[in-house]
Amino acid sequence: MSGPFVTLLLRDLKLAARGGGSAALALSFFALVATLVPLGVGADLNLLARVAGGVLWVGAVLAALLSLDRLFQGDFEDGSLELIALSPLPLELAALAKILAHWLATGLALTLLSPLLALMFNLPGNAMRMLFVSLLVGTPAVSAVGAIGASLTLSLKRGGLILPLIILPLLVPAVIFGAGAVGAVLDGIAGGGALGLLAAFSGASVLLSPFAAAACVRLNLSS
Amino acid sequence: MQFLFRYANPAQFMRLSDAALPLLVAATLLAFAVGLYLGLTVPPDYQQGDSVRIMFLHVPAATAATTVYGAIAVCSILSLVWRHPLSDTAARAAAPFGALFTALGLVTGAIWGKPMWGTYWVWDARLTSFLLLLFIYFGYMALWNAIEDEVKAAPAAAIPALAGAVNIPIIKFSVEWWNTLHQGESIVSGHLAPVFLAPLLVMMLAYLLLFATLWTVRIRTAILERRARSLMQGAA
Repeated sequence: MSGPFVTLLLRDLKLAARGGGSAALALSFFALVATLVPLGVGADLNLLARVAGGVLWVGAVLAALLSLDRLFQGDFEDGSLELIALSPLPLELAALAKILAHWLATGLALTLLSPLLALMFNLPGNAMRMLFVSLLVGTPAVSAVGAIGASLTLSLKRGGLILPLIILPLLVPAVIFGAGAVGAVLDGIAGGGALGLLAAFSGASVLLSPFAAAACVRLNLSS
Repeated sequence: MQFLFRYANPAQFMRLSDAALPLLVAATLLAFAVGLYLGLTVPPDYQQGDSVRIMFLHVPAATAATTVYGAIAVCSILSLVWRHPLSDTAARAAAPFGALFTALGLVTGAIWGKPMWGTYWVWDARLTSFLLLLFIYFGYMALWNAIEDEVKAAPAAAIPALAGAVNIPIIKFSVEWWNTLHQGESIVSGHLAPVFLAPLLVMMLAYLLLFATLWTVRIRTAILERRARSLMQGAA
């Protein structure tokens, strides 16, 4: 079972790295959003440290969203999604492999970039560590919940517009708990409670969404 | 389940709803007449004055908004599990009313919030989760409209509808889980003065009857539209 799973994972990672460089685009978008905020709200370092957790979390979610509409669409258009569906690998596991590949290419990359941006936002060291950990724990939920939206809208012409409308309301807990954990550390409280809730949300999303995504893919393939 | 399948047949539904609709309309008008009369004649609150009457529009709208989402979620399960043909139509037909009740709840809440809290809007848990409900309704309706083939759109809309159902308990318990500006539950726990209870309950009933009436009309319209379409296709 691990054979086809790993193969699919590596294939998607190669596609992400070579075709269009969606990871690089997401990272540039993330950095640009983070640059625009101080220009908009003013460069007061105390204020920036205060809003850094929320701004960087929102920026990371939006950046991860950019490449989500292509998660299944490319494979759907050239027919490889049908081959994946016919292969011995259960479609649920194939969806999980694609979610994992998307997370490695965007969520993890955004997490690794976040300390640099946090530095520019004057976030103190312990809060910066919390931001890093919360993004590491929470961004898999963005890829997982996003996969439901991507599989739903994969045959739609305006799918890229409807996708955020469907999944952003579902991602609200991730932003609340992720930014909340950073805010708690800034206030001198241990952010462990919010981080635990974030981990629970993320774990449940990764566990359940492959089933929903596989169901939606089947739906789009059946016609 | 046998009971449900008997009414899954659109022809059966048309017959039944044809008889029920006049009764529903009469009951809705009566409930609104009684509810509005009671609501406008109860004595003003000793603290809030006359603005307490906004409650009779606000609380039932909020209750109806979450109830409609519950109805959509149940229809979605029926549609996904048993391929109940009528439940897709019912779920789609209910969504605009849900969005409308949600918007009404938010607007009346803002109007009530200004004199009571001194602000139209706060980012408290109840208000925020309710605003999200509005966006979930919008997304659900957009998805239905984006997929032209109804047979394909039904399960595609049902899956995110069920995922969005997570928000309903969050709305319900937000005032207990978080320390918020929005007050806690006060009907079942008996914190509401008994004089206000009767008009509030009648108004809640009136909103739900209004929803039931309009929902029935909209399902009937959808069934008739589908029949007209298939007749036109047959003639062409």
